[in-house]
Amino acid sequence: MMNNAVRADDLTVVRGRRTVLHHLGFTVPPGRITGLLGPSGCGKSTLMRAIVGTQAGVTGTLDVLGHAAGHPALRSRVGYVTQAPSVYDDLTVRQNLEYFAAILDPGRAAAERRHEHVTQAITDVDLGSHADALAGTLSGGQRGRVSLAVALLGAPELLVLDEPTVGLDPVLRRDLWHLFHQLAATRGTTLLVSSHVMDEAERCHRLLLMREGEILAADTPGALRTRTGTDTVEAAFLRLVDEAAAASRTQEPTR
Amino acid sequence: MSQTSPMDPTSPMSTTAPTAPVTSAAPTGALNASRTTATAARVLRQLRHDPRTIALMIFVPCLMLVLLRYVFDASPRTFDDIGASLLGIFPLITMFLVTSIATLRERTSGTLERLLAMPLGKADLIAGYALAFGALAVVQSALATGLAEWFLGLDVTGSPWLLLLVALLDALLGTALGLFVSAFAASEFQAVQFMPAVIFPQLLLCGLFTPRSDMHPALTAVSDALPMSYAVDAMNQVLHHTDMTTTFVRDVLIVAGCALLVLALGAATLRRRTA
Repeated sequence: MMNNAVRADDLTVVRGRRTVLHHLGFTVPPGRITGLLGPSGCGKSTLMRAIVGTQAGVTGTLDVLGHAAGHPALRSRVGYVTQAPSVYDDLTVRQNLEYFAAILDPGRAAAERRHEHVTQAITDVDLGSHADALAGTLSGGQRGRVSLAVALLGAPELLVLDEPTVGLDPVLRRDLWHLFHQLAATRGTTLLVSSHVMDEAERCHRLLLMREGEILAADTPGALRTRTGTDTVEAAFLRLVDEAAAASRTQEPTR
Repeated sequence: MSQTSPMDPTSPMSTTAPTAPVTSAAPTGALNASRTTATAARVLRQLRHDPRTIALMIFVPCLMLVLLRYVFDASPRTFDDIGASLLGIFPLITMFLVTSIATLRERTSGTLERLLAMPLGKADLIAGYALAFGALAVVQSALATGLAEWFLGLDVTGSPWLLLLVALLDALLGTALGLFVSAFAASEFQAVQFMPAVIFPQLLLCGLFTPRSDMHPALTAVSDALPMSYAVDAMNQVLHHTDMTTTFVRDVLIVAGCALLVLALGAATLRRRTA
């Protein structure tokens, strides 16, 4: 077992003239759900894009599953879901999955295996009854799940999910979190899930709290609450933000 | 289901290579036939869910030819000249429009980013598009050519197969231009406006309205540098000569070369890493 699924050291991302991420150092343990939390615009998506290797302007060290982020060998081992569902609206759910499956696992010999993966992914996100509906006719939440299903194809070792539960009803959110835990427990998948909803933090094994391109804290939800003497992760986060603001100039990276 | 495999024992614990300026160092690699055909099949499947677009792509050129035939009812010679030129121009324009919108959508919907984060070569993607739209162009051109030759009395001296060949190359050129231009369009509005910007000047200068040699010398020089001029010229060669002339071969090579060049430029606009 590798020690870390993701390891960053002195990771900086510059977009245009703005430095979005400042000298980040953190690790993501394998086979666990790590929550990436912070207010909108704090750099969560940029960090995720850096990890999957689609972000330009990245400097420092960023290792993913034992390779430098963006290494071609990672392309079939990392699943990525962007905030906006990235699927073809003019294809059915199944056709979408079949196409992406053919890219991940090409060739006629793999047809059977692909079919299994597609069916499995549709079942995982509970879209069996909509498999033959055009993605464009589905609701926003359903399209989001199609996008998630694409990321699940081929059972990637690392899943990077950018706000996968945003705009979903409570029942679906619960089901998705159940699925995430199942993936971690049974397939040993590492999950990195971003959210700006703090109550989802409690469902993660470990948290990375971000603010303005820096990591405020990296710990388990329980340890964060204990350390800050608060009852919820939300209160802990606010306490940490206040502390950081107070100690304005003292640069305190990851603790 | 595959378990999380332990880390590859051959790779060092930490690849401390800085992730620094990775400007799409990704190996474009050779074409993967399965991924290319899967992409082409996907593009065609998307179109199949949009029968109206298919109908417009295929029948509008035919309709225009019929219209043109009766516009020049009194002078069939003019119809021969313009008709043959248009057989080359239609596939170029149609494929330009369809490709620029399709790839723009691919860029804005996030599917391009997703595909490039997957093991898909840029060449696979581009070849997939070219294959799908090329197939459509063959259907479109075959119908238009057949209609012009058998029903509208277009008088072609050379082989209709050569007409078809030129039409196909023109379609490829259109696909290539559309792909390239889509990189510079931020919205579908802009993409559509690239049509007049990129296509119209070529249309005016390609010799459709007046022989290129009759234009102002400066314009003749410009038209010498535009690929559509050769597309139209090739069509006229087939129109007037029984055999493949050297001019025809030159024209065809130039159009094909331009298509490949622009496709390569288009590939360069597909970036795995974006700001």
